[in-house]
Amino acid sequence: MARGISGGKGTGELLVSGEAISFLSGVDPETGIVIESGHPLEGKSIGGKVLAFPHGKGSTVGSYIIYALRRNGKAPSAIINIEAETIIAVGAIIADIPMVDKPEKPISEIPDGSVVTVNGDTGEIIVE
Amino acid sequence: MQLDREDENILAGEYGETRQKMMEILVALGKVFGAEELVPITSAQISGASYKTIGEWGLEWLRNLDARVAVLSVLNPVGMPRDNWRDIGISKEFADKQLAVMDAYRKLGVKMECTCTPYYLYTNLTMQDHLAWSESSAVSYVNSVIGAKTNREGGPSALAAAIIGKTPKYGLHLFKNRMPQVTVEVEDSDALHAGHFGAIGYLAGKEVGNRIPYFTNIRASRDQLKALGAAMAATGAVALYHVKGITPEARLPTFAPEPSEKIVIEASEIESLFKEKEIDAVAVGCPHCSAEELLKISELLAGRKVKKPLYIFSSKGVKDANAGIVSKIQKTGAKVIEDTCIVVSPAMDKFDTIMVDSGKAFAYVPNMCGAEARLGSLEECIEEAVR
Repeated sequence: MARGISGGKGTGELLVSGEAISFLSGVDPETGIVIESGHPLEGKSIGGKVLAFPHGKGSTVGSYIIYALRRNGKAPSAIINIEAETIIAVGAIIADIPMVDKPEKPISEIPDGSVVTVNGDTGEIIVE
Repeated sequence: MQLDREDENILAGEYGETRQKMMEILVALGKVFGAEELVPITSAQISGASYKTIGEWGLEWLRNLDARVAVLSVLNPVGMPRDNWRDIGISKEFADKQLAVMDAYRKLGVKMECTCTPYYLYTNLTMQDHLAWSESSAVSYVNSVIGAKTNREGGPSALAAAIIGKTPKYGLHLFKNRMPQVTVEVEDSDALHAGHFGAIGYLAGKEVGNRIPYFTNIRASRDQLKALGAAMAATGAVALYHVKGITPEARLPTFAPEPSEKIVIEASEIESLFKEKEIDAVAVGCPHCSAEELLKISELLAGRKVKKPLYIFSSKGVKDANAGIVSKIQKTGAKVIEDTCIVVSPAMDKFDTIMVDSGKAFAYVPNMCGAEARLGSLEECIEEAVR
């Protein structure tokens, strides 16, 4: 269980980052690929994934990049944060991406590559 | 967070998709920051107005919204003056996009004022007002000098509050979170002149960070407080400060005692910021000039001609209300520009060293304009421009 931040249900392969993500200049809005140099997810696509990371960082304009990813079909299917903050919460809502935060169990306990469903209304995280 | 029935209905989508989304934003932020309820606001100031910051995707998001703001709402400064953008060398391509952003906000019912000083337009603000304002110096001024209550909002959260007419009640909306955390004493404060307040803010902001400072020994006018707060919000993240015996909350009987941690701003530190330097342009009006400041500038310029580029930034509302003074200033060769500012306008990019009378501009010019900055008092700035 977690806390619902942005409503709806999304399913995808889990992609975990131990580090915060800056969407402005950290993620390419056209391709959904992480471009921040030295980031643990550098070169990986977040499109269609259930993206888990501690929290957002960087410019608040990042919210619009999340919206851009949705419009380009490259948005994550759901977002799990340890601690939601304004940039990601607002971005998830305006882009219709289900989002939860404060998961009860550490995400690291979920095996790599698992398919996960996040329910932003109830706060459920279900591992298939 | 507790919602009333009407808000629940908005959240359920009964008043359309845009209002539903906006309520979702407020509810999510309420959760994130631990608010127990929403509080009605009396005005909003929305950032994310410059095309340079929000870009194509921000513009598209705005264009797809379908609602009207519920309270008086204005914008942050944008990248150019709406009418005279050619005068400051803006490309048509950028101008078209910027005007499209403004148009999208106009359709939402936002008043076409693009200013960091909305408090000159809403003169009836009181300590009872809750607001959703964005721009750091405006937030600092209205919290500190007026005693109204606002957090520093981002673009979408301010717009959401504007459309719903409420904001989550957390942070600086709660009186208990507005108490001072660090005492600031200014050395030789009797010898201060108007030009020093931006410098004090510049220095204090670095020390104070995101805490709430309590100045114990300065006397300052409203324009001086404006300069102080703007600079502190630039070098620190100060959204509220108090001045003993002057700012409204510091005069309440329930106000807190002086915090035991004390910072001293030394007179020599203040003086050391005022260094002589060759300059090629002068810019004042950061934050936007008040009517009093425009009058002062016109008096300083009376009977003289500007020899170096002199840019004076103010809001359209203040400019229009003081058209006679503005015309006198412009006859000397100075430019009085509305809607934009030193920091967000590309107009200043072509200069190497810019003289400013603002601690905030002094902090931002090196990075935002790619120029060196020289700090002076307003009088010194005008002297340099006519020399």
